Amino acid sequence: MADATVTLEVQRYRPEREDEPVWERFEVPARREWMVLDALNHVKDRLDGSLTFRWSCRMGVCGSCGMTVDGEPKLTCATPLAARGDGRPVRVEPLRGFPVIRDLVVEIRSFLGKLKRTRPWLIRDDDVPLAAGEHLQTPAELADYKQYSMCINCLLCYSACPIHHLEPDFAGPAALALAQRYNLDSRDRGAAERMEELSRHSGIWGCTFVGECSEVCPKGVDPAGAIQRYKLAAAADWFQSILLPWSGQARAKRREVAR
Amino acid sequence: MSRRRFHPRWFRRRTPIFWWLEKGVYVHFIVRELTSLAVAYAAALLVVQVAVLGAGAEAHARFAALLASPWAVGWHALVLVGLLYHTLTWLHLAPKALVVKLGGHRVPDAAILAGHYLGWLAATALVALVLVRS
Amino acid sequence: MGRPTEPFFWTLFSAGGMLAALVLPAVCFVLWIAAPLGWLATPDRAGWLALLAPPLARLALLALVALSLFHWAHRFRYTLYDGLQLHHLYGLIATVCYGGAATVTLVAAYLLLRLG
Repeated sequence: MADATVTLEVQRYRPEREDEPVWERFEVPARREWMVLDALNHVKDRLDGSLTFRWSCRMGVCGSCGMTVDGEPKLTCATPLAARGDGRPVRVEPLRGFPVIRDLVVEIRSFLGKLKRTRPWLIRDDDVPLAAGEHLQTPAELADYKQYSMCINCLLCYSACPIHHLEPDFAGPAALALAQRYNLDSRDRGAAERMEELSRHSGIWGCTFVGECSEVCPKGVDPAGAIQRYKLAAAADWFQSILLPWSGQARAKRREVAR
Repeated sequence: MSRRRFHPRWFRRRTPIFWWLEKGVYVHFIVRELTSLAVAYAAALLVVQVAVLGAGAEAHARFAALLASPWAVGWHALVLVGLLYHTLTWLHLAPKALVVKLGGHRVPDAAILAGHYLGWLAATALVALVLVRS
Repeated sequence: MGRPTEPFFWTLFSAGGMLAALVLPAVCFVLWIAAPLGWLATPDRAGWLALLAPPLARLALLALVALSLFHWAHRFRYTLYDGLQLHHLYGLIATVCYGGAATVTLVAAYLLLRLG
């Protein structure tokens, strides 16, 4: 019985011997339950050990295996290999919008810098001693930001965002959604600090609500929605600062409670 | 032994000028954004109407005749399509930015959208009330 | 580029977009399709002048025109940057778009004032 195969068309890039990426074809078994990642691992194990790509958990929670499959940003561990079933090759390329280091591995340092600049941690101005106990949070307060906390930094949204392609300085969907995750957390007091950094063209204002980021997000974070909400909050804050310049403290407090 | 560290040459893909033609979603995005031209045109035409109003009865009559020509009506039908597309896409995106909470629960997107459609209906009725003479 | 004026122009864009979305399709249909085709009757010249006599009416029309224009200005500015990658013309495009909107708004204000 001849095993059915699927043709994998993979983009290779080996800087030590080529100036530009090239395509290579591999025949892999057409296992019904395989994901694209399984096919890539098959290639690496049996056909070409030099194929370079990132992966880890293989169950859609680590965010390592983001690549472009048939033109769309996907987690290869969550993309079925034989979904199309029409015999055409499955094209696998590195995630678009980032420099390619080798084969399917991209350089994501720019994102890590952006992430750091959004201060994705709880910012408080008081030093609460351990003896005082935990910060308490109601289920309703958790629900306010939970969706935005689901981000696994897989960068599919950056790959889908045309603004990121056009302006590499753009903070981007994940960084801005994560900023919102903390802004909307009842334990956080850092909204003003983040607003200063992100209320600029390279921050929230560069976004033109294309919406593709939310479409490709594998965890349902909806970064597009997070950014639009952020714009509304930033605009309201700006107007209040202009019309009521003395309300600085009240505004800071308002940002905490305005959910 | 070479003292220079080897740094691989990264490959950077150039974004083509017409990047938005490569994917249907991006074409749709640009078309959506271009509906702002229909909005600007409508605003400008309103200004022209005011100008004509101030220019005397003859000018007013000539302008009305111009508006009635088949070319004008056809063109404005296209403008209407643009304006309607602006409205529909705008209303459907509104629930993303407007998160309303009632009694601790987030109002579902569908309700926000329905509210916007009702608002559109009310605004249309108002416009008709003001502008239409029986 | 840290532009402290972004929230302001975004608010105009947002308000203009909402107003235009709610009002302009009906205005376009009634004034420029239905009335010229004789499907509906709209005010005659005297009727228009009476409609626009109250200052509040003129203010409302000016607001509609201004917000619609500034909606276009902000949106078109970004469409040019992103659609045609004209980032190097950042300043020029902003000036032309907002300046254009402001100019037409001023013209409209002048015309409306003169009507009275």
